[in-house]
Amino acid sequence: MVTTPVLLLPTTIVTIRPFADSSLHSSMAASAVVRRLSSAPLRDHRLLRPFSSTGSESTITVETSVPFTGHKINPPSRSVETTPVELLSFFRDMSLMRRMEIAADSLYKSKLIRGFCHLYDGQESIAIGLEAAITKKDAIITAYRDHCICLGRGGTLVESFAELMGRRAGCSKGKGGSMHFYKKESGFFGGHGIVGAQVPLGCGLAFAQKYLKEGTVSFALYGDGAANQGQLFEALNISALWDLPAILVCENNHCEQGRIQDLNIEGAKTSVGPCFTSELHANLYSNYYIKLKRLSIRIAFLSHSWHSSYADGMGTAEWRSSKSPAYYKRGDYVPGLKVDGMDVLAVKQASKFAKEYALKNGPIILEMDTYRYHGHSMSDPGSTYRTRDEISGVRQERDPIERIRKLLLSHEIATVSDLKDIEKEVRREVEEAIAQAKENLMPDPSELFTNVYVKGFGVEVSGNASDVVKNEFS
Amino acid sequence: MAMALRALGRRISHSDRFFSSLSEAAKPPSDGKLINLFTAINQALHIALDTDPRSYVFGEDVRFGGVFRCTTGLTDKFGRDRVFNTPLCEQGIIGFAIGLAAMGNRAIAEIQFADYIYPAFDQIVNEAAKFRYRSGNEFNCGGLTVRSPYGAVGHGGHYHSQSPESFFCHVPGLKVVIPRSPRQAKGLLLSCIRDPNPVIFFEPKLLYRLSVEEVPEDDYMLPLSEAEVIRQGSDITLIGWGAQLSILEQACDAAAKEGISCELIDLKTLIPWDKETVESSVRKTGKLLISHEAPVTGGFGAEISASIVERCFLRLEAPIARVCGLDTPFPLVYEQFYLPTMNKILDAIKATVKY
Repeated sequence: MVTTPVLLLPTTIVTIRPFADSSLHSSMAASAVVRRLSSAPLRDHRLLRPFSSTGSESTITVETSVPFTGHKINPPSRSVETTPVELLSFFRDMSLMRRMEIAADSLYKSKLIRGFCHLYDGQESIAIGLEAAITKKDAIITAYRDHCICLGRGGTLVESFAELMGRRAGCSKGKGGSMHFYKKESGFFGGHGIVGAQVPLGCGLAFAQKYLKEGTVSFALYGDGAANQGQLFEALNISALWDLPAILVCENNHCEQGRIQDLNIEGAKTSVGPCFTSELHANLYSNYYIKLKRLSIRIAFLSHSWHSSYADGMGTAEWRSSKSPAYYKRGDYVPGLKVDGMDVLAVKQASKFAKEYALKNGPIILEMDTYRYHGHSMSDPGSTYRTRDEISGVRQERDPIERIRKLLLSHEIATVSDLKDIEKEVRREVEEAIAQAKENLMPDPSELFTNVYVKGFGVEVSGNASDVVKNEFS
Repeated sequence: MAMALRALGRRISHSDRFFSSLSEAAKPPSDGKLINLFTAINQALHIALDTDPRSYVFGEDVRFGGVFRCTTGLTDKFGRDRVFNTPLCEQGIIGFAIGLAAMGNRAIAEIQFADYIYPAFDQIVNEAAKFRYRSGNEFNCGGLTVRSPYGAVGHGGHYHSQSPESFFCHVPGLKVVIPRSPRQAKGLLLSCIRDPNPVIFFEPKLLYRLSVEEVPEDDYMLPLSEAEVIRQGSDITLIGWGAQLSILEQACDAAAKEGISCELIDLKTLIPWDKETVESSVRKTGKLLISHEAPVTGGFGAEISASIVERCFLRLEAPIARVCGLDTPFPLVYEQFYLPTMNKILDAIKATVKY
């Protein structure tokens, strides 16, 4: 039995053991990695960082699911280099994100999370692939589907769950909630509620980075819904004019906030269905949507025909929310790349490519073709505008975690039971984090008044003429 | 018909989850079915589209019925050419609506939540409000009506609870109207749609299902710029609009137990607002309290307060009280501290009366 300790994180102890199943042909130096966390007092369950530089692991070359499609640019190669350690970390981290989102679902249903909750399961590969290509000095800014992005940026599970439940240990001190996760030290600029508003901000971040000359870039993530906001084009124009290192990433999950959408895949057409764009109305009207007429939806969602798919949004073929659903081409004079967002290696390759491009030339658009299993938010069942068959079809054909699982098994990096162990461990971590977050308190009521302005400005506490109290809060 | 309705007091009945049943003002004849706010608005939209073939309803997700069900059945009845969805772009929606109205149509645009109205702010303030004025009456966009749900709802957080009415009250050329109940909503909305000026109609989203009232099924309009005294009193005048009126009514009841008789006014139209009704009420009581959810500084209560002081200074027996939202962004978890609750209002009533 060979034991080779490999240091991956200061808080981890790693041993490598050979395959339990001796019938497998272990031709490679790397064998299954089982990681045990040290029992630090505050278990900050972070993601595993791929340890990329030792060269003790052999590289593997994998082809992405489909080639990239470029707009006014030569796309990068389909062949992506990775290592067994990296692949394992992808698996573990995506499983962690998946488990976190599913746990958030049940926390929401048991009313521990209130307000809004937009889940990211299905789209984890974007968060992970992006991280694999960049550093913490690069900036990421996104909309409200931000839990996994924050985790990818180094946020802990406890911080995330605490924030979701509005507790003071949350990454925004419990004052932001699901839609407003932030992490300054790792360049995560949040979590924004207003659709599209984060994109000009992202270009502003890139502007600052250009001054700083640290070879960093900004990724501004947005959805296919935000692609029709005017401010996006304003920001693009400015970025292109001034050659800002801004990368606009359209996470096209084909459901513009849960709007009626019309997927046209190889001739199969869907018809329209109702949807919800927010918590509130679905909470108020969950009775009604059941009575809404369900139109039949026929769809064949083939895994590798995504390049013929596009998001129409809003209605039948005569009306679309997007005249051009090829979001990677929307930049016109700004080059773009269409990427299979559910292939983490493709995302990694595209992000690396985009970063190199942006540092030299200015803005570029990445369209990530992806899918979310949940509805738009917790109040949207996500099944009124798509069938269960469609959702389970995507799960079978394109699920990012399953893709990595198959890679790991086929390259004999791990066994089925190794992967199961990892999943069990991930589940345990999530449960522990939830337990810890639950015990945390809500913010103190005085926090209602803090951080409106910088300390030194008065805030009137009540509007009562005979009881005006001026308080100095920070 | 509208006159007759107006002359009668209103009895507003709400489901009792949130609001106590109201005072015994004169009961109007039951000449309608019990429906809630979104149904009343839906009826108004049906009537508007029916009576004017050049009217259109559009916004995000309106075709299937809208996220609050206000536009159900419209597409089926009037077709996709008149009731249609727009992309996710508020500035575009309103700009488009202004253009449509400038050609003499009635454009009824929906902004899905009032919190999202700000990208359209430039279009509303700079284009819609000033169109008639700057063209010397050659052009106008009077056919424009912007409908938008506003206000706190219990868990809306920063971006699904805002009350932005005061921003628009600062713009001459616009009208801002806020209904308090289904019966009011239907009549007021029809008036707004038919008013030859651009109107912003804020709908209290909390009341969409909670507020239930008998609403006549026919076409009726309620006059704009007329405030309504919904409860007579002698000790203090209370003013509010929208969902806040229910809170004010609860406070009235609580105050009545302590021997304070409150006069309650629903302002209904915020600009141009009915100064005469408010003034005559303040002349009667000598005290005024204004309550709204929006933050107190720069809220519309400030305008009412300043105008009333100008008109009734010598009659006032106490400073005008404003019980409003706090001067912070709408909070995530501490909504109940932020809002002007019944207790805050009651305290203010007592303090003002005992001044």
